[in-house]
Formats: sequence, structure tokens, C-alpha cells
Amino acid sequence: MSAFTVAQSAPTAVESILWIALPYVALAVMISGLVWRYRYDRFGWSTRSSQMYESRIMRIASPLFHYGIIAVGLGHVLGLLVPQSWTDAIGIDAHLYHSLTMPLSIAAGAATLVGFVALVARRRASALVFSRTTTNDKVMYLFLGAAILLGVFVSWYASGLVGEGHNYREDVSVWLRSVLIFQPQPEYMAQAPLGFQLHVVAGFLVFAAWPFTRLVHALSAPVQYVARPYIVYRSREPRSAGARTARRGWEPTRRD
Amino acid sequence: MKVMAQVGMVMNLDKCIGCHTCSVTCKQAWTNRDGVEYAWFNNVETRPGLGYPRTHEDQDRWKGGWELTRSGKLTLKQGGRLKRLATIFSNPLMPGVEDYYEPWTYDYDTLLSAPQGSTSPVAQPHSAITGKPMRITWSANWDDNLAGAPETAPEDPIVKKLHSDVNDKIRFEYEQAFMFYLPRICEHCLNPACVASCPSGAMYKRSEDGIVLVDQDACRGWRMCVTGCPYKKVFFNHATGKAEKCTMCYPRIEAGMPTICSETCVGRLRYLGLFLYDADKVTAAASVKNPRDLYEAQLDLILDPHDPEVQAAARRDGIAQDWIDAARKSPVYRLAKEFRVALPLHPEYRTMPMVWYIPPLSPVADALRETGHDAEDASNLFGALRSLRIPIEYLAELFTAGDVAPVLRSLDTLAAMRSFMRDHNLGNEAQPEIAEAVGQTPASILELYRLLAVAKYEDRYVVPAAHNEVAAELDSLACALDAVGGPGGEGPATVSADSFHVLKGVRAEQRTAATTSADVNLPHWDGKGVPLGMPTLRVRNDD
Ligand code: HEM
Ligand code: SF4
Ligand code: SF4
Repeated sequence: MSAFTVAQSAPTAVESILWIALPYVALAVMISGLVWRYRYDRFGWSTRSSQMYESRIMRIASPLFHYGIIAVGLGHVLGLLVPQSWTDAIGIDAHLYHSLTMPLSIAAGAATLVGFVALVARRRASALVFSRTTTNDKVMYLFLGAAILLGVFVSWYASGLVGEGHNYREDVSVWLRSVLIFQPQPEYMAQAPLGFQLHVVAGFLVFAAWPFTRLVHALSAPVQYVARPYIVYRSREPRSAGARTARRGWEPTRRD
Repeated sequence: MKVMAQVGMVMNLDKCIGCHTCSVTCKQAWTNRDGVEYAWFNNVETRPGLGYPRTHEDQDRWKGGWELTRSGKLTLKQGGRLKRLATIFSNPLMPGVEDYYEPWTYDYDTLLSAPQGSTSPVAQPHSAITGKPMRITWSANWDDNLAGAPETAPEDPIVKKLHSDVNDKIRFEYEQAFMFYLPRICEHCLNPACVASCPSGAMYKRSEDGIVLVDQDACRGWRMCVTGCPYKKVFFNHATGKAEKCTMCYPRIEAGMPTICSETCVGRLRYLGLFLYDADKVTAAASVKNPRDLYEAQLDLILDPHDPEVQAAARRDGIAQDWIDAARKSPVYRLAKEFRVALPLHPEYRTMPMVWYIPPLSPVADALRETGHDAEDASNLFGALRSLRIPIEYLAELFTAGDVAPVLRSLDTLAAMRSFMRDHNLGNEAQPEIAEAVGQTPASILELYRLLAVAKYEDRYVVPAAHNEVAAELDSLACALDAVGGPGGEGPATVSADSFHVLKGVRAEQRTAATTSADVNLPHWDGKGVPLGMPTLRVRNDD
């Protein structure tokens, strides 16, 4: 895995909870929650678009945020799942890697952050949007906001823009991959800087909350659309409303 | 050839009195819920006027419907698939609350709870979205009966177009104005742009009857369909985040009953029936180059249900015999294709709309009468139709992409019928040449008259029940005859698709036979005959 070796002492209770239990519980909640939501509340599975309430801010804020967060997501895949040894092997050392990814990461982070702030401000600024903002939305924005703010902070911190710089690919990434292959090594995360620890906790809380918020829409991104014929025909379901029985006394009235 | 069946509608605009009964009954049936307070699956617009949502016909702005690419390929006006997926995060082409109107209610409670005083309490309007007090500045039919027309009607996209095309100013001063009502529902298009623009594949056209629906469990709220529909007949439920639209009252249609808007139409101006069409040719028809050829292309899609070859092909494609029989009796087929008096709304959107309109003759007849002419005289009418350019050109922009010939043809036929029938009704000598002048015969003019003026419920609505064999089996466990006071009268009555028709048959019998009260009881009394236990009265039979 990593070139580094970390002192192998037994994790403390807090470390076990945060760096072993939390990720598994969060992912379990996310997956079972998604299955549950898909089975029992497909009707609630929607972007719950607020476009018709307010279009002016949405027009800029939403694409900014979404393009930002999609880039951020891809960045996470690259930075967390691709081991440093692989990029080393193709001749990209840590220094080169960071100078290549830093501008992209800062741009994506900034777009996400600005878009996010504008979306939240819009929720408050438009009376129509505000009146239809649910508690669920507010909690979702709280979790997401914490993860994004901390995320932008650690990406600046990692790049040396603030603070001394830190190569998270040698601890956070190693830990995450160890979790994903079910051989958790909490010691890697335990030694990461506090900012990273907080961002990871916030991130897993977002994952746990995901199935129960409007964020589910991201998982049904309609990519299949590019390959579908334009007009969809579907056959009537065999037993539909027209064949329901009417209660005695509720029959249709006379017609002419 | 692939034969498919389509439930279609025709509305005879001359008879619409603009009472909005259809809109209200539709609302009560489908959209009296949070999130769709602002939505009118059926709405009635005064024309000229801005329509609902405001200026929705301005496709340069709203980008609804289809267009041809430079190479002649049919594509959505809002852009290709990749472009729309890339811009899915915001959709400014969707009308906002301000383009529909902010729905409201009143705080009625103040009327009841106000203390006694010298002034009467006033109920204030409150927004149905925010719950806060609001000022009402617009609604779904704010410009009803040309109210405010001098200010708003010049913004009517059609008026604007005519204005720039013919350089002729349409006047909205009271005396010179022409107006008519345009009731609108979803067109249940053969080439529905809403379906094509739904990225989830949640919208579909039913293969049995062509009704266009939204699968509420599959819709993900991408709100592209709202933009796709050029008629703006997909509505976004802002509370549930799902698209909703006119369902053609499919539960009623499946049971062989007309839609609510048709059933309750005060003017009895709506007709429902089947079209058989060739599904293989839809895309080609929608892709003809000149928009003015789209009306003919659309008519060509519609197959002759009397043609044995068509019938054989229909059977081959799984259409049941009773549906083919219904298609042969279809009033909408006769009005649209045989008489050619009914025209499609905005064929230039290339969606192949299936709600057709008989254009109103009354603006022209009124103009004649007001200037002291005989408005029932055929040559007066033919002449007026040709000299009153504005109403005709307006109608042509509405129904035939600006081509006045089909509109004139339809109105000429109506004018000829009007004139021919006067002689007929007054016992004057018939003038067959009036009929012949519009390519009809005295007999066919009489038939058209019967269809337009005296058609009964059964003639206006020829809707075959759905084939729901599985459900029918389940339902027939309870005998349908139980419902009409039969021996099993205590059991649950059923109004399934087929028991409905059994009931209908029973009622038809009663209509002719029942003068006794023995076999009718009050809960099931349909107004024909005399119900059990009631004194024998003469019931006025109005058909
Ligand atoms: C990748 C596919 C995605 C697509 C196609 C997509 C699309 C959309 C759309 C259409 C809306 C509705 C905008 C409106 O009209 O109100 C929306 C809202 C939203 N999306 Fe996404 N989204 C995606 C991914 C994500 C992700 C990954 C996140 C966050 C982690 C996210 C967070 C949000 C939030 C917070 C809103 C609500 C904005 C507001 O109304 O305040 N989306 N998304
Ligand atoms: S009129 Fe109806 S079927 Fe046609 S595009 Fe609009 S919603 Fe779809
Ligand atoms: S109910 Fe009939 S007459 Fe009244 S507005 Fe509707 S379509 Fe016109």
C-alpha cells in the first residue's frame, strides 16, 4: 500500500467508532435506505425542482454548483481510490501530481462553494422558495454545507494555499481503501490532520442522510436518455382504475 | 403499415359559451390538490388573448415542440439530447409562477369570525403557495371576454405575428373586436414532444388508446417535458416534484365513458371517438418540410375504418373487433376526415395533435348581422368570409400554420349548412346548389347538421370500453345485475368496464319499455322510467 509505515497500536474507542464503525454504519444506512426508498417511496424520488418559483438565481447557481460537485466527485475518485504507487509507477511523482490536480481541484471547489452559497441564499431570498423549503431540505443543506465547507478548506490546506500543505494520499486515501476492502486500518486516519478528520465525518453523515433527502435524484441521473427512441409506448396495466368496483350508492349518474 | 387506435376529441367552437364549466369540473376531478392549484388540465381562453400560461404560443421564446434541422431531421426545438442533458441543472425555458399566476385562496374565516360592526368584513386573498396575503394581478383567464384587451391582446403571439405579416392593425376597441373561446386540453399527440423530452422515460403513449400519461413513480422531476410540450399542457406539481397532465380521464374512457370535460360541457360541443392511424408513418408526416403541409400530412395518417384492408390490418395489429366497429362510428373521424370541418390546433408544432377544432363561424356571422346583412344567406356568408381577413387569418394561424384555404373550406361548409338548413327548416324550396358549392350533397349536409346540432350522447361519445379481460373476470364474481334491484340487491354493485355496459343495456331497455316501476329503484334510477315507490309521473324525455 503506502510507502509509509504507521505505528501499529490498538485504536482507541473513539478511533474505532469514527474510523471503523462510522463508515460502515453510514454506508449500510445509505444502501439499505436507498433500497427501502426505492421500494416504498418511488413517488417521493424527485429533484423537487423549485425552478418555477425562481429562475434568475437558479439559472447561474444550479449549473455552477452541479458542475462543481460532479468535478469534485470525480476528483475524489481519483485522489482517494487510485493509489499513489500507481501514479508513481507511470512517472507522476507526488509533486507533479499535486501541481497537475491543484488548479482543477481549486476551481471545482470554488464553483461548488459559490454555487452552494448562491443556492442557499436563493432559498432565503425568494419568498416562494423559502415558503416551500422543508425541514428535510434544511437538514440536508446543513450536512452538505458542512461537508463542502470542510472539503474546500482541506483542499486548500492540502495544496498549501493555507497552512503547510499535506499529502492526504498517504493517510486518508490509504484508510478509505482499507475500509472499502473490509480491512480497516484506522491508524492512518487517526494521524491525519483534524480538518481532514472532520471532513470525512461530515462526508459520511451526508452519505447516511442521502436516501432520506432530495439528494436521491443524483442516483437517477438519466444517462439512458441518449440511447432511447424519442417516443415511448407502453401498454395499459392489466388491472387499472377503470375496473374498480364502485360502492353501492356511488354508481355514476345518468348521462345524456 | 402499423395500425394503432387513438382516442380523439373534436370541439365545435361556435357553441362554446365560455362558461368554464369544463375547467371547473376537471379541476374538481384532478387538480384540487396542493402543488397543482395553479394547473388547469382544461382551460378556456378568450381569443385574441394571451392564453395560459401567458404567451405560451410564442415558441421563439418557449421552445416547445419539434423543428426540422437543416438536413430535414425532426428534433426537439429545445435542443438535442446531449445539449439538454448538459443543461438539465436549470431550465429557464419552463414557465414560472408569474407566467401562470400565483394561486390564491381567501381567509374566509374573517367573514365568519369578525365581530359585529358597521362595516362588512372583507376576506383577503392569500397565496396558496406561501400562505401570505397577496395582491392578485393575474390568473388563468384574466383576459376573459377580452377584459383589458386593449393592453394585453396586442401581446397575443398570433396578433403580433399577423401584425408583422400583414401590417394590419387588429383593433380591440369594443365595437370592432372579434372574439371566440378556445377550450384547451392536452392534445394526446401522435408525436408527443413531452414524451420525447422526458429523460427518465416516465412519460408514455399508451399503445391501446394513444392516451399520453406520466408514470408518477418513474418521474424524477427533471421538468423537461414542461418545456417540450408546445401547448404547455404538462404541469409541474411543485409540492410533489412530479409532472402531471391531462389524463383524458382514462379511468372513465376505459369504462366507455366520456371525459369529465365532455360529460359536463354546457354547450355539448365536444365529441369523442377513435381514430385508426398508421403509426409507421408518423415521423415522416411530422417531418414534411412546409409547415402548411402538416395539416394534410396529419389527415393522411388517419386511416379509413370502412376500408376492409385497414380493418384486416387493424385486426392483425391486435385491435379488437368492437374497437374497429367503434372507429367506424367515430364522430371525430367524420368531422375531421370526412367533412374536414375540424382542424388541428397548431399543426406547425409538429406534434400531430389529436384534439381538433371546428372553427367558429359566429365572428363572421355577427359582423354581417351588425352591418344589417342577412347572416343566413349563403352568398353573403361566402363573401364575408373572404372579405373579413383578420378573423380568418387569425384562425388560420391557430389551425393550419397560416394557410387560409382549409379554414375557408371548413367555414364555407358551415356557412352552407347554415343557409341550407334555413330553407329546410322554414319549409322553403331546398337549394341543392348551396350544398354543391362546398362539395357536399343535400343529404350529407343534413347529416352534418345532425352531427353538429342534434347528436345525442351516444352519437357524440363513441368510446369503446377497454379490454380488461383479467379485471373483467375478477369483477364478474359480483353480478352486475345486482345493481339494478335484482335478487342479489344486497351485494356490492360493480361498475367495472363491462358491468357498466350491462347497465347501459338495461337502461336502454328501460328507456323504451319502462312505464312500470317494478324493476327500477331510486338509488339506481337513471331518470328514465319511474323508480320504485314513486308516484307515476310523466318524465320528460329530452332525447
Ligand atoms: C449527476 C447528476 C445530477 C443531476 C442530473 C442533477 C440534477 C438536478 C436538478 C434537475 C435539480 C433541480 C433544480 C431545480 O430546478 O430546482 C437539482 C437540484 C439539486 N441538486 Fe442535483 N443533480 C445531480 C447531482 C447532484 C449531486 C451529486 C448533488 C450533491 C451532492 C446534488 C445536489 C442538489 C441540490 C442540493 C439540489 C437543490 C437545489 C435547490 O433547489 O436549492 N445534485 N439537481
Ligand atoms: S399536448 Fe399533450 S401529448 Fe402533446 S406534447 Fe403536450 S402534453 Fe404531450
Ligand atoms: S363547458 Fe363547454 S361551453 Fe362551457 S366553456 Fe367548457 S367547452 Fe365551452
